[in-house]
Amino acid sequence: MAQSATASAAPLLEARGIAKYFGAITALHDVNFHVGAGEVLGVVGDNGAGKSTLMKILSGLYKPSEGELVFEGQPVSFSSPKDARLKGIEMVYQDFALAGNMAIYENIYLGREPGRKLGPITFVDHNKAREMAAEHLDNLHIHVKSVDQNTEDLSGGQRQAVAIARATAFHARVVIMDEPTAALAIKEVGKVLDLIRRLKDHGVAVIIISHRMDDIFYCCDRVMALYQGTNFAEAPLTDTSRNEVIGWIMGTKGHTEALAHDRLQ
Amino acid sequence: MVYSPKLSKFLESYGIVLVLIVMMVVIAMTRPDVFLTPQNLTNIIKQNATLALVALGMLVVIITAGIDLSVGSTLALSMVTLAIASKAGVPWPVVLVIGPMVGLAVGFVNGVGLTWLKLPHPFIMTLGTLNAVRGITYLVTDGAPVSGLQPEVRYLGQAYYDLGIFAPPAGIPASLILVAVCAIGLWYFLEKTNIGRHIYAIGGNPQAARVSGINVERVLVIVYMICGFMAGLGGLLLAGRTDSGFPNAGIMLELDAIAAVIIGGASFFGGRGTVMGVLAGVLIMGLLRNGLNINNVSSFWQMVLIGVVIIFAVWIDVVRRRAAVRR
Ligand SMILES: Nc1ncnc2c1ncn2[C@@H]1O[C@H](COP(=O)(O)OP(=O)(O)O)[C@@H](O)[C@H]1O
Ligand SMILES: [Mg+2]
Repeated sequence: MAQSATASAAPLLEARGIAKYFGAITALHDVNFHVGAGEVLGVVGDNGAGKSTLMKILSGLYKPSEGELVFEGQPVSFSSPKDARLKGIEMVYQDFALAGNMAIYENIYLGREPGRKLGPITFVDHNKAREMAAEHLDNLHIHVKSVDQNTEDLSGGQRQAVAIARATAFHARVVIMDEPTAALAIKEVGKVLDLIRRLKDHGVAVIIISHRMDDIFYCCDRVMALYQGTNFAEAPLTDTSRNEVIGWIMGTKGHTEALAHDRLQ
Repeated sequence: MVYSPKLSKFLESYGIVLVLIVMMVVIAMTRPDVFLTPQNLTNIIKQNATLALVALGMLVVIITAGIDLSVGSTLALSMVTLAIASKAGVPWPVVLVIGPMVGLAVGFVNGVGLTWLKLPHPFIMTLGTLNAVRGITYLVTDGAPVSGLQPEVRYLGQAYYDLGIFAPPAGIPASLILVAVCAIGLWYFLEKTNIGRHIYAIGGNPQAARVSGINVERVLVIVYMICGFMAGLGGLLLAGRTDSGFPNAGIMLELDAIAAVIIGGASFFGGRGTVMGVLAGVLIMGLLRNGLNINNVSSFWQMVLIGVVIIFAVWIDVVRRRAAVRR
Protein backbone atom coordinates (compact mmCIF):
# COMPACT_ATOMS: atom_id res chain seq x y z
CA MET A 1 0.00 0.00 0.00
CA ALA A 2 2.76 2.44 0.83
CA GLN A 3 4.03 4.09 -2.31
CA SER A 4 7.38 5.73 -1.88
CA ALA A 5 7.03 6.88 -5.52
CA THR A 6 4.26 9.30 -4.61
CA ALA A 7 6.08 10.34 -1.47
CA SER A 8 9.18 11.42 -3.36
CA ALA A 9 7.31 13.26 -6.13
CA ALA A 10 7.39 17.08 -6.05
CA PRO A 11 5.47 18.10 -2.95
CA LEU A 12 2.03 19.65 -3.31
CA LEU A 13 2.25 21.53 -0.03
CA GLU A 14 5.44 22.38 1.76
CA ALA A 15 6.35 24.29 4.91
CA ARG A 16 9.91 25.56 5.50
CA GLY A 17 11.48 26.66 8.76
CA ILE A 18 8.17 27.21 10.53
CA ALA A 19 8.12 28.73 14.01
CA LYS A 20 5.07 29.70 16.02
CA TYR A 21 5.12 31.65 19.27
CA PHE A 22 2.18 32.27 21.59
CA GLY A 23 3.59 35.02 23.75
CA ALA A 24 6.35 33.38 25.77
CA ILE A 25 5.42 29.88 24.61
CA THR A 26 7.27 28.41 21.63
CA ALA A 27 4.78 25.99 20.12
CA LEU A 28 6.85 25.26 17.00
CA HIS A 29 10.41 25.96 15.85
CA ASP A 30 12.36 25.01 12.69
CA VAL A 31 9.62 22.75 11.41
CA ASN A 32 9.89 21.46 7.87
CA PHE A 33 7.02 19.65 6.30
CA HIS A 34 5.84 18.37 2.94
CA VAL A 35 3.07 16.26 1.49
CA GLY A 36 2.42 15.12 -2.08
CA ALA A 37 -0.74 14.56 -4.11
CA GLY A 38 -2.31 11.18 -3.40
CA GLU A 39 -0.13 10.73 -0.37
CA VAL A 40 -1.46 9.94 3.08
CA LEU A 41 0.84 11.34 5.74
CA GLY A 42 0.54 10.39 9.39
CA VAL A 43 1.65 12.97 11.94
CA VAL A 44 2.41 11.70 15.42
CA GLY A 45 3.73 13.24 18.59
CA ASP A 46 3.08 13.52 22.30
CA ASN A 47 0.42 15.85 23.67
CA GLY A 48 1.67 19.41 23.27
CA ALA A 49 4.21 18.45 20.59
CA GLY A 50 2.69 21.06 18.28
CA LYS A 51 0.73 18.89 15.84
CA SER A 52 -2.49 20.87 15.97
CA THR A 53 -0.63 24.18 15.79
CA LEU A 54 1.22 23.08 12.65
CA MET A 55 -2.02 21.97 11.01
CA LYS A 56 -3.74 25.24 11.90
CA ILE A 57 -0.89 27.08 10.18
CA LEU A 58 -1.25 24.91 7.07
CA SER A 59 -5.00 25.55 7.00
CA GLY A 60 -4.72 29.31 7.43
CA LEU A 61 -6.20 29.59 10.93
CA TYR A 62 -2.87 30.75 12.40
CA LYS A 63 -0.12 32.75 10.76
CA PRO A 64 3.38 31.35 11.25
CA SER A 65 5.72 33.57 13.32
CA GLU A 66 8.58 32.52 11.04
CA GLY A 67 9.00 30.45 7.90
CA GLU A 68 7.07 30.07 4.68
CA LEU A 69 4.44 27.93 3.05
CA VAL A 70 4.85 26.73 -0.51
CA PHE A 71 1.92 25.41 -2.52
CA GLU A 72 2.59 23.82 -5.92
CA GLY A 73 6.05 25.40 -5.90
CA GLN A 74 4.73 28.92 -5.23
CA PRO A 75 5.16 30.73 -1.91
CA VAL A 76 1.75 31.39 -0.37
CA SER A 77 0.53 33.22 2.69
CA PHE A 78 -2.92 32.72 4.20
CA SER A 79 -4.61 35.34 6.32
CA SER A 80 -7.67 33.18 7.03
CA PRO A 81 -8.99 29.66 6.43
CA LYS A 82 -10.83 31.18 3.49
CA ASP A 83 -7.53 31.83 1.67
CA ALA A 84 -6.35 28.27 2.28
CA ARG A 85 -9.68 26.89 1.13
CA LEU A 86 -9.38 28.83 -2.12
CA LYS A 87 -6.21 26.80 -2.79
CA GLY A 88 -8.05 23.58 -1.92
CA ILE A 89 -6.52 23.13 1.54
CA GLU A 90 -9.20 21.97 3.96
CA MET A 91 -9.13 20.98 7.59
CA VAL A 92 -11.33 18.64 9.61
CA TYR A 93 -11.12 19.93 13.16
CA GLN A 94 -10.72 17.76 16.21
CA ASP A 95 -14.11 18.89 17.54
CA PHE A 96 -15.62 18.71 14.00
CA ALA A 97 -16.56 22.44 14.11
CA LEU A 98 -20.14 21.87 13.03
CA ALA A 99 -23.11 24.08 13.80
CA GLY A 100 -25.36 21.63 15.67
CA ASN A 101 -28.44 23.77 15.17
CA MET A 102 -28.19 23.50 11.41
CA ALA A 103 -28.94 20.81 8.87
CA ILE A 104 -26.28 18.51 7.44
CA TYR A 105 -26.49 20.11 4.01
CA GLU A 106 -26.16 23.61 5.45
CA ASN A 107 -23.05 22.63 7.38
CA ILE A 108 -21.46 21.14 4.28
CA TYR A 109 -21.91 24.37 2.32
CA LEU A 110 -21.54 26.84 5.20
CA GLY A 111 -19.69 29.90 3.92
CA ARG A 112 -19.93 28.64 0.33
CA GLU A 113 -23.68 28.46 -0.20
CA PRO A 114 -24.88 27.81 -3.75
CA GLY A 115 -27.27 30.40 -5.16
CA ARG A 116 -27.64 33.69 -6.98
CA LYS A 117 -25.04 36.24 -5.93
CA LEU A 118 -25.58 39.96 -5.56
CA GLY A 119 -22.49 41.71 -4.19
CA PRO A 120 -21.70 40.16 -0.80
CA ILE A 121 -25.15 38.57 -0.58
CA THR A 122 -26.01 35.10 -1.85
CA PHE A 123 -29.66 34.18 -2.21
CA VAL A 124 -29.27 30.62 -1.04
CA ASP A 125 -30.73 27.92 -3.26
CA HIS A 126 -31.63 25.47 -0.49
CA ASN A 127 -32.92 22.80 -2.86
CA LYS A 128 -29.76 22.86 -4.91
CA ALA A 129 -27.68 22.63 -1.72
CA ARG A 130 -29.74 19.63 -0.58
CA GLU A 131 -29.27 17.86 -3.92
CA MET A 132 -25.55 18.63 -4.04
CA ALA A 133 -25.10 17.43 -0.47
CA ALA A 134 -27.00 14.18 -1.07
CA GLU A 135 -24.96 13.47 -4.20
CA HIS A 136 -21.66 14.30 -2.52
CA LEU A 137 -22.42 12.12 0.51
CA ASP A 138 -23.37 9.33 -1.88
CA ASN A 139 -20.02 9.62 -3.66
CA LEU A 140 -18.27 9.31 -0.31
CA HIS A 141 -20.46 6.30 0.61
CA ILE A 142 -21.75 8.20 3.64
CA HIS A 143 -25.28 7.28 4.65
CA VAL A 144 -27.57 9.58 6.60
CA LYS A 145 -31.32 9.43 7.09
CA SER A 146 -31.81 12.84 5.54
CA VAL A 147 -29.61 15.80 4.70
CA ASP A 148 -32.15 17.90 6.61
CA GLN A 149 -31.20 16.35 9.95
CA ASN A 150 -29.50 18.74 12.34
CA THR A 151 -25.93 17.68 13.04
CA GLU A 152 -26.58 17.71 16.81
CA ASP A 153 -28.83 14.68 16.24
CA LEU A 154 -26.01 12.62 14.67
CA SER A 155 -23.63 10.08 16.17
CA GLY A 156 -19.93 10.91 16.52
CA GLY A 157 -19.04 8.94 13.40
CA GLN A 158 -21.77 10.62 11.37
CA ARG A 159 -20.60 14.04 12.52
CA GLN A 160 -17.05 13.17 11.54
CA ALA A 161 -18.35 12.04 8.15
CA VAL A 162 -20.21 15.33 7.67
CA ALA A 163 -17.08 17.26 8.63
CA ILE A 164 -15.10 15.27 6.04
CA ALA A 165 -17.85 15.85 3.47
CA ARG A 166 -17.59 19.59 4.11
CA ALA A 167 -13.80 19.46 3.68
CA THR A 168 -14.12 17.64 0.36
CA ALA A 169 -17.15 19.42 -1.07
CA PHE A 170 -15.13 21.64 -3.41
CA HIS A 171 -12.29 19.77 -5.13
CA ALA A 172 -10.03 19.63 -2.12
CA ARG A 173 -6.33 19.12 -2.90
CA VAL A 174 -5.13 18.71 0.68
CA VAL A 175 -7.33 17.45 3.52
CA ILE A 176 -5.98 17.77 7.05
CA MET A 177 -7.59 15.71 9.79
CA ASP A 178 -6.86 16.32 13.45
CA GLU A 179 -7.39 13.07 15.36
CA PRO A 180 -10.22 11.93 13.11
CA THR A 181 -10.91 8.76 15.06
CA ALA A 182 -10.35 9.92 18.64
CA ALA A 183 -14.01 10.68 19.35
CA LEU A 184 -15.49 7.69 17.54
CA ALA A 185 -16.97 4.36 18.57
CA ILE A 186 -14.84 1.41 17.42
CA LYS A 187 -17.25 0.34 14.70
CA GLU A 188 -17.23 3.85 13.24
CA VAL A 189 -13.44 4.08 13.00
CA GLY A 190 -13.16 1.65 10.07
CA LYS A 191 -15.64 3.64 8.01
CA VAL A 192 -13.71 6.86 8.49
CA LEU A 193 -10.39 5.19 7.60
CA ASP A 194 -11.91 3.74 4.44
CA LEU A 195 -13.11 7.22 3.61
CA ILE A 196 -9.54 8.48 3.93
CA ARG A 197 -8.30 5.80 1.54
CA ARG A 198 -10.97 6.78 -0.97
CA LEU A 199 -9.74 10.38 -0.84
CA LYS A 200 -6.22 9.16 -1.58
CA ASP A 201 -7.52 7.22 -4.58
CA HIS A 202 -8.92 10.52 -5.87
CA GLY A 203 -5.43 12.05 -5.73
CA VAL A 204 -6.06 14.11 -2.62
CA ALA A 205 -3.18 14.66 -0.22
CA VAL A 206 -4.34 13.61 3.24
CA ILE A 207 -2.66 14.49 6.51
CA ILE A 208 -3.82 12.60 9.58
CA ILE A 209 -2.90 13.35 13.15
CA SER A 210 -3.49 10.26 15.24
CA HIS A 211 -2.41 8.55 18.43
CA ARG A 212 -3.70 5.22 17.22
CA MET A 213 -1.01 3.11 15.53
CA ASP A 214 -3.82 1.06 13.95
CA ASP A 215 -4.99 4.16 12.08
CA ILE A 216 -1.50 5.12 10.97
CA PHE A 217 -0.55 1.65 9.79
CA TYR A 218 -3.90 1.09 8.07
CA CYS A 219 -3.90 4.04 5.74
CA CYS A 220 -0.68 6.08 5.73
CA ASP A 221 2.15 6.09 3.19
CA ARG A 222 4.58 7.96 5.40
CA VAL A 223 4.76 8.90 9.03
CA MET A 224 6.39 11.92 10.60
CA ALA A 225 6.94 12.65 14.27
CA LEU A 226 7.08 16.00 16.06
CA TYR A 227 8.75 16.22 19.43
CA GLN A 228 8.72 19.32 21.62
CA GLY A 229 7.75 21.59 18.78
CA THR A 230 10.12 20.42 16.04
CA ASN A 231 10.78 17.61 13.55
CA PHE A 232 11.99 14.47 15.25
CA ALA A 233 11.89 11.67 12.70
CA GLU A 234 10.07 10.47 9.62
CA ALA A 235 10.00 7.45 7.36
CA PRO A 236 7.94 5.72 4.69
CA LEU A 237 5.63 3.29 6.42
CA THR A 238 7.39 0.33 4.78
CA ASP A 239 10.66 1.28 6.49
CA THR A 240 9.40 1.51 10.03
CA SER A 241 7.44 -0.35 12.66
CA ARG A 242 4.85 0.38 15.28
CA ASN A 243 7.38 0.15 18.05
CA GLU A 244 9.74 2.55 16.35
CA VAL A 245 6.97 5.10 15.82
CA ILE A 246 5.86 4.73 19.46
CA GLY A 247 9.50 5.37 20.40
CA TRP A 248 9.50 8.59 18.31
CA ILE A 249 6.41 9.82 20.13
CA MET A 250 8.28 9.36 23.41
CA GLY A 251 11.41 11.01 22.03
CA THR A 252 13.61 7.92 21.58
CA LYS A 253 15.24 7.00 18.30
CA GLY A 254 17.17 4.19 16.67
CA HIS A 255 17.18 1.62 19.47
CA THR A 256 13.82 0.01 19.12
CA GLU A 257 15.18 -3.29 20.44
CA ALA A 258 16.15 -1.64 23.67
CA LEU A 259 12.59 -0.72 24.55
CA ALA A 260 11.60 -2.54 27.69
CA HIS A 261 8.24 -3.07 26.13
CA ASP A 262 9.87 -5.19 23.36
CA ARG A 263 12.15 -7.18 25.56
CA LEU A 264 9.25 -8.40 27.63
CA GLN A 265 7.51 -9.97 24.63
CA MET B 1 -41.61 12.89 30.62
CA VAL B 2 -42.12 10.20 27.99
CA TYR B 3 -40.09 9.95 24.83
CA SER B 4 -42.38 11.23 22.13
CA PRO B 5 -40.94 12.90 19.05
CA LYS B 6 -44.50 13.42 17.79
CA LEU B 7 -45.52 15.37 20.89
CA SER B 8 -42.31 17.35 20.60
CA LYS B 9 -42.91 18.19 16.95
CA PHE B 10 -46.51 19.11 17.66
CA LEU B 11 -45.58 21.41 20.55
CA GLU B 12 -42.82 23.00 18.51
CA SER B 13 -45.08 23.79 15.55
CA TYR B 14 -48.39 24.54 17.19
CA GLY B 15 -47.75 24.97 20.92
CA ILE B 16 -47.61 28.73 20.74
CA VAL B 17 -50.63 28.99 18.44
CA LEU B 18 -52.52 26.84 20.94
CA VAL B 19 -51.57 29.21 23.74
CA LEU B 20 -52.75 32.18 21.68
CA ILE B 21 -56.11 30.59 20.90
CA VAL B 22 -56.71 29.59 24.51
CA MET B 23 -55.89 33.13 25.65
CA MET B 24 -58.25 34.70 23.14
CA VAL B 25 -61.08 32.35 24.10
CA VAL B 26 -60.60 33.01 27.82
CA ILE B 27 -60.43 36.79 27.39
CA ALA B 28 -63.39 36.77 25.00
CA MET B 29 -65.42 34.82 27.56
CA THR B 30 -64.62 37.21 30.39
CA ARG B 31 -65.49 40.36 28.43
CA PRO B 32 -67.33 39.35 25.24
CA ASP B 33 -68.77 42.87 25.01
CA VAL B 34 -65.35 44.56 24.80
CA PHE B 35 -62.64 42.19 23.64
CA LEU B 36 -63.90 41.27 20.20
CA THR B 37 -64.92 44.77 19.14
CA PRO B 38 -63.02 46.00 16.08
CA GLN B 39 -61.90 49.02 18.06
CA ASN B 40 -60.30 46.95 20.82
CA LEU B 41 -58.58 44.67 18.31
CA THR B 42 -57.30 47.69 16.38
CA ASN B 43 -55.95 49.08 19.62
CA ILE B 44 -54.13 45.86 20.54
CA ILE B 45 -52.33 45.96 17.22
CA LYS B 46 -51.44 49.66 17.42
CA GLN B 47 -50.20 49.37 20.97
CA ASN B 48 -47.97 46.41 20.20
CA ALA B 49 -46.62 47.37 16.79
CA THR B 50 -43.64 49.18 18.31
CA LEU B 51 -42.80 46.24 20.56
CA ALA B 52 -43.12 43.91 17.56
CA LEU B 53 -40.52 45.89 15.58
CA VAL B 54 -38.11 46.11 18.50
CA ALA B 55 -38.55 42.42 19.33
CA LEU B 56 -37.85 41.41 15.71
CA GLY B 57 -34.54 43.25 15.95
CA MET B 58 -33.84 41.63 19.32
CA LEU B 59 -34.51 38.22 17.76
CA VAL B 60 -31.60 38.63 15.35
CA VAL B 61 -29.28 39.50 18.23
CA ILE B 62 -30.50 36.64 20.43
CA ILE B 63 -30.01 34.13 17.58
CA THR B 64 -26.29 34.96 17.78
CA ALA B 65 -26.43 34.27 21.54
CA GLY B 66 -26.13 38.00 22.12
CA ILE B 67 -28.31 40.59 23.78
CA ASP B 68 -29.03 44.25 23.16
CA LEU B 69 -30.03 46.18 26.27
CA SER B 70 -29.84 49.52 24.50
CA VAL B 71 -32.98 49.22 22.31
CA GLY B 72 -35.21 51.25 24.67
CA SER B 73 -32.73 54.12 24.75
CA THR B 74 -32.18 53.86 21.01
CA LEU B 75 -35.92 54.09 20.44
CA ALA B 76 -36.10 57.20 22.63
CA LEU B 77 -33.17 58.92 20.91
CA SER B 78 -34.61 58.15 17.46
CA MET B 79 -37.98 59.45 18.58
CA VAL B 80 -36.73 62.76 19.97
CA THR B 81 -34.30 63.48 17.12
CA LEU B 82 -36.97 62.96 14.51
CA ALA B 83 -39.42 65.03 16.56
CA ILE B 84 -36.92 67.88 16.85
CA ALA B 85 -36.19 67.68 13.11
CA SER B 86 -39.88 67.64 12.31
CA LYS B 87 -40.54 70.71 14.44
CA ALA B 88 -37.56 72.46 12.89
CA GLY B 89 -39.23 72.11 9.52
CA VAL B 90 -36.94 69.52 7.95
CA PRO B 91 -38.79 68.04 4.93
CA TRP B 92 -40.81 65.02 6.02
CA PRO B 93 -39.14 62.43 3.76
CA VAL B 94 -35.86 63.27 5.51
CA VAL B 95 -37.50 63.14 8.93
CA LEU B 96 -38.82 59.66 8.15
CA VAL B 97 -35.33 58.26 7.65
CA ILE B 98 -33.83 60.03 10.67
CA GLY B 99 -35.27 57.57 13.21
CA PRO B 100 -33.98 54.42 11.53
CA MET B 101 -30.63 56.15 10.79
CA VAL B 102 -30.12 56.98 14.46
CA GLY B 103 -30.91 53.34 15.21
CA LEU B 104 -28.37 52.14 12.64
CA ALA B 105 -25.75 54.43 14.16
CA VAL B 106 -26.27 53.16 17.71
CA GLY B 107 -26.27 49.59 16.39
CA PHE B 108 -22.99 50.27 14.60
CA VAL B 109 -21.44 51.57 17.82
CA ASN B 110 -22.68 48.48 19.68
CA GLY B 111 -21.37 46.08 17.04
CA VAL B 112 -18.01 47.75 16.58
CA GLY B 113 -17.51 48.25 20.32
CA LEU B 114 -18.30 44.62 20.94
CA THR B 115 -15.97 43.25 18.27
CA TRP B 116 -13.05 45.70 18.18
CA LEU B 117 -12.81 46.19 21.93
CA LYS B 118 -13.28 42.44 22.32
CA LEU B 119 -15.59 42.99 25.26
CA PRO B 120 -16.40 39.71 26.97
CA HIS B 121 -20.15 39.88 26.41
CA PRO B 122 -22.60 42.12 24.50
CA PHE B 123 -24.36 42.64 27.85
CA ILE B 124 -21.51 44.98 28.83
CA MET B 125 -21.36 47.01 25.62
CA THR B 126 -25.12 47.47 25.39
CA LEU B 127 -25.45 48.21 29.11
CA GLY B 128 -23.02 51.03 28.39
CA THR B 129 -25.01 52.34 25.43
CA LEU B 130 -28.29 51.88 27.34
CA ASN B 131 -27.03 54.55 29.72
CA ALA B 132 -25.06 56.71 27.31
CA VAL B 133 -27.79 56.92 24.67
CA ARG B 134 -30.47 57.68 27.25
CA GLY B 135 -28.22 60.41 28.60
CA ILE B 136 -27.80 61.91 25.12
CA THR B 137 -31.58 61.76 24.71
CA TYR B 138 -32.02 63.87 27.87
CA LEU B 139 -29.23 66.22 26.80
CA VAL B 140 -30.74 67.02 23.40
CA THR B 141 -34.23 67.56 24.84
CA ASP B 142 -33.36 69.00 28.24
CA GLY B 143 -35.58 66.22 29.49
CA ALA B 144 -38.75 67.77 28.05
CA PRO B 145 -41.05 66.13 25.48
CA VAL B 146 -41.12 67.52 21.96
CA SER B 147 -44.58 67.57 20.42
CA GLY B 148 -46.32 68.65 17.23
CA LEU B 149 -45.08 66.56 14.30
CA GLN B 150 -45.80 66.90 10.60
CA PRO B 151 -48.82 64.79 9.56
CA GLU B 152 -46.70 62.80 7.08
CA VAL B 153 -44.33 61.81 9.89
CA ARG B 154 -47.24 60.71 12.04
CA TYR B 155 -48.81 58.66 9.25
CA LEU B 156 -47.24 55.24 9.90
CA GLY B 157 -47.94 55.37 13.61
CA GLN B 158 -51.44 56.75 13.37
CA ALA B 159 -53.20 55.94 10.11
CA TYR B 160 -55.62 53.08 9.68
CA TYR B 161 -57.75 51.89 6.82
CA ASP B 162 -61.41 51.27 7.63
CA LEU B 163 -61.88 49.73 4.17
CA GLY B 164 -65.49 50.86 4.30
CA ILE B 165 -66.39 48.03 6.68
CA PHE B 166 -65.13 49.25 10.05
CA ALA B 167 -66.56 52.18 11.95
CA PRO B 168 -63.84 54.68 12.96
CA PRO B 169 -61.60 54.52 14.94
CA ALA B 170 -61.36 50.85 13.99
CA GLY B 171 -59.58 49.49 10.92
CA ILE B 172 -56.36 47.99 9.64
CA PRO B 173 -53.58 50.16 11.13
CA ALA B 174 -50.75 51.28 8.85
CA SER B 175 -48.41 50.14 11.62
CA LEU B 176 -49.65 46.57 11.12
CA ILE B 177 -48.64 46.77 7.49
CA LEU B 178 -45.21 48.08 8.44
CA VAL B 179 -44.77 45.24 10.95
CA ALA B 180 -45.88 42.72 8.33
CA VAL B 181 -43.45 44.07 5.74
CA CYS B 182 -40.58 44.03 8.26
CA ALA B 183 -41.46 40.53 9.45
CA ILE B 184 -41.59 39.12 5.94
CA GLY B 185 -38.40 40.93 4.94
CA LEU B 186 -36.58 39.70 8.02
CA TRP B 187 -37.85 36.16 7.56
CA TYR B 188 -36.60 36.17 3.98
CA PHE B 189 -33.23 37.58 5.04
CA LEU B 190 -32.76 35.02 7.83
CA GLU B 191 -33.90 31.98 5.85
CA LYS B 192 -32.82 32.67 2.29
CA THR B 193 -29.62 34.71 2.35
CA ASN B 194 -26.13 33.55 3.22
CA ILE B 195 -25.75 36.28 5.86
CA GLY B 196 -29.00 35.15 7.50
CA ARG B 197 -27.73 31.57 7.63
CA HIS B 198 -24.37 32.77 8.97
CA ILE B 199 -26.25 34.49 11.81
CA TYR B 200 -27.73 31.11 12.82
CA ALA B 201 -24.35 29.41 12.39
CA ILE B 202 -22.66 31.94 14.68
CA GLY B 203 -25.33 31.28 17.30
CA GLY B 204 -24.92 27.52 16.95
CA ASN B 205 -21.10 27.38 16.97
CA PRO B 206 -19.03 30.52 16.38
CA GLN B 207 -15.88 28.46 15.84
CA ALA B 208 -17.60 26.48 13.07
CA ALA B 209 -18.61 29.76 11.46
CA ARG B 210 -15.07 31.11 11.72
CA VAL B 211 -13.34 28.10 10.19
CA SER B 212 -15.93 28.09 7.41
CA GLY B 213 -14.50 31.41 6.31
CA ILE B 214 -17.31 33.54 7.75
CA ASN B 215 -16.22 36.97 8.94
CA VAL B 216 -17.89 36.62 12.34
CA GLU B 217 -17.05 40.16 13.48
CA ARG B 218 -18.55 41.71 10.37
CA VAL B 219 -21.72 39.67 10.67
CA LEU B 220 -22.08 40.69 14.33
CA VAL B 221 -21.79 44.37 13.41
CA ILE B 222 -24.56 43.84 10.84
CA VAL B 223 -26.65 42.05 13.47
CA TYR B 224 -26.47 44.91 15.99
CA MET B 225 -27.16 47.40 13.19
CA ILE B 226 -30.31 45.51 12.22
CA CYS B 227 -31.41 45.57 15.86
CA GLY B 228 -30.73 49.31 16.14
CA PHE B 229 -32.53 49.95 12.85
CA MET B 230 -35.65 48.15 14.10
CA ALA B 231 -35.56 50.12 17.37
CA GLY B 232 -35.32 53.35 15.35
CA LEU B 233 -38.27 52.27 13.22
CA GLY B 234 -40.14 51.54 16.46
CA GLY B 235 -39.34 55.10 17.53
CA LEU B 236 -40.88 56.41 14.33
CA LEU B 237 -44.10 54.47 14.98
CA LEU B 238 -44.34 55.55 18.60
CA ALA B 239 -43.66 59.18 17.69
CA GLY B 240 -46.48 58.99 15.15
CA ARG B 241 -48.91 57.36 17.54
CA THR B 242 -48.24 59.80 20.39
CA ASP B 243 -47.54 62.89 18.24
CA SER B 244 -44.40 63.57 20.25
CA GLY B 245 -40.87 62.61 21.09
CA PHE B 246 -40.58 62.01 24.79
CA PRO B 247 -37.22 61.32 26.33
CA ASN B 248 -38.61 58.79 28.80
CA ALA B 249 -39.99 56.56 26.03
CA GLY B 250 -38.95 52.94 25.94
CA ILE B 251 -37.63 52.63 29.47
CA MET B 252 -37.51 48.87 30.20
CA LEU B 253 -38.61 48.21 26.62
CA GLU B 254 -35.54 45.99 26.18
CA LEU B 255 -36.94 43.61 28.78
CA ASP B 256 -40.31 43.37 27.03
CA ALA B 257 -38.53 42.70 23.74
CA ILE B 258 -36.36 39.98 25.27
CA ALA B 259 -39.45 38.48 26.93
CA ALA B 260 -41.36 38.41 23.64
CA VAL B 261 -38.45 36.71 21.86
CA ILE B 262 -38.05 34.09 24.59
CA ILE B 263 -41.80 33.45 24.88
CA GLY B 264 -41.70 33.01 21.12
CA GLY B 265 -39.40 30.01 21.52
CA ALA B 266 -35.98 31.46 20.74
CA SER B 267 -33.08 30.02 22.72
CA PHE B 268 -31.19 32.34 25.00
CA PHE B 269 -28.08 30.31 24.16
CA GLY B 270 -28.36 31.20 20.49
CA GLY B 271 -28.93 29.37 17.24
CA ARG B 272 -32.69 29.09 17.56
CA GLY B 273 -35.63 31.42 17.05
CA THR B 274 -38.13 32.37 14.36
CA VAL B 275 -39.91 35.47 13.15
CA MET B 276 -43.30 33.75 13.56
CA GLY B 277 -42.44 32.84 17.14
CA VAL B 278 -41.53 36.43 17.99
CA LEU B 279 -44.79 37.78 16.52
CA ALA B 280 -46.68 35.21 18.59
CA GLY B 281 -44.66 36.18 21.66
CA VAL B 282 -45.53 39.85 21.17
CA LEU B 283 -49.21 38.97 20.71
CA ILE B 284 -49.23 36.84 23.86
CA MET B 285 -47.86 39.72 25.91
CA GLY B 286 -50.23 42.18 24.24
CA LEU B 287 -53.29 39.98 24.73
CA LEU B 288 -52.37 39.36 28.34
CA ARG B 289 -52.13 43.09 29.04
CA ASN B 290 -55.30 43.85 27.12
CA GLY B 291 -57.25 41.03 28.76
CA LEU B 292 -56.24 42.20 32.22
CA ASN B 293 -56.88 45.85 31.36
CA ILE B 294 -60.40 45.32 30.12
CA ASN B 295 -61.07 43.25 33.24
CA ASN B 296 -59.75 46.15 35.36
CA VAL B 297 -56.89 44.14 36.83
CA SER B 298 -54.16 46.44 38.15
CA SER B 299 -50.93 46.88 36.22
CA PHE B 300 -49.06 45.44 39.21
CA TRP B 301 -50.80 42.13 38.68
CA GLN B 302 -50.00 42.41 34.98
CA MET B 303 -46.30 42.44 35.82
CA VAL B 304 -46.66 39.40 38.05
CA LEU B 305 -48.51 37.50 35.33
CA ILE B 306 -46.07 38.42 32.57
CA GLY B 307 -43.29 37.15 34.79
CA VAL B 308 -45.12 33.86 35.24
CA VAL B 309 -45.75 33.57 31.50
CA ILE B 310 -42.05 34.03 30.69
CA ILE B 311 -41.10 31.23 33.05
CA PHE B 312 -43.96 29.04 31.82
CA ALA B 313 -43.03 29.56 28.17
CA VAL B 314 -39.45 28.52 28.73
CA TRP B 315 -40.58 25.55 30.80
CA ILE B 316 -42.82 24.39 27.92
CA ASP B 317 -39.73 24.50 25.74
CA VAL B 318 -37.80 22.41 28.26
CA VAL B 319 -40.62 19.84 28.24
CA ARG B 320 -40.62 19.83 24.47
CA ARG B 321 -36.89 19.20 24.30
CA ARG B 322 -37.08 16.41 26.83
CA ALA B 323 -39.87 14.75 24.87
CA ALA B 324 -37.60 14.82 21.82
CA VAL B 325 -34.77 12.92 23.53
CA ARG B 326 -34.78 9.15 23.83
CA ARG B 327 -33.42 7.83 27.09
N1 LIG C 1 -3.76 29.37 21.21
C1 LIG C 1 -2.70 29.02 21.99
N2 LIG C 1 -2.23 29.89 22.92
C2 LIG C 1 -1.17 29.56 23.70
N3 LIG C 1 -0.53 28.40 23.63
C3 LIG C 1 -0.93 27.49 22.74
C4 LIG C 1 -2.06 27.75 21.87
N4 LIG C 1 -2.25 26.67 21.08
C5 LIG C 1 -1.31 25.79 21.44
N5 LIG C 1 -0.51 26.26 22.43
C6 LIG C 1 0.62 25.57 23.03
O1 LIG C 1 1.44 25.11 22.00
C7 LIG C 1 1.92 23.80 22.27
C8 LIG C 1 1.52 22.85 21.17
O2 LIG C 1 0.11 22.64 21.24
P1 LIG C 1 -0.67 21.76 20.19
O3 LIG C 1 -0.30 22.17 18.83
O4 LIG C 1 -2.12 21.82 20.53
O5 LIG C 1 -0.12 20.29 20.48
P2 LIG C 1 -0.69 18.88 20.03
O6 LIG C 1 -1.79 19.07 19.08
O7 LIG C 1 0.51 18.19 19.44
O8 LIG C 1 -1.12 18.17 21.28
C9 LIG C 1 1.37 23.44 23.64
O9 LIG C 1 2.37 23.74 24.60
C10 LIG C 1 0.20 24.34 23.81
O10 LIG C 1 -0.03 24.63 25.16
MG1 LIG D 1 -3.95 18.50 19.20
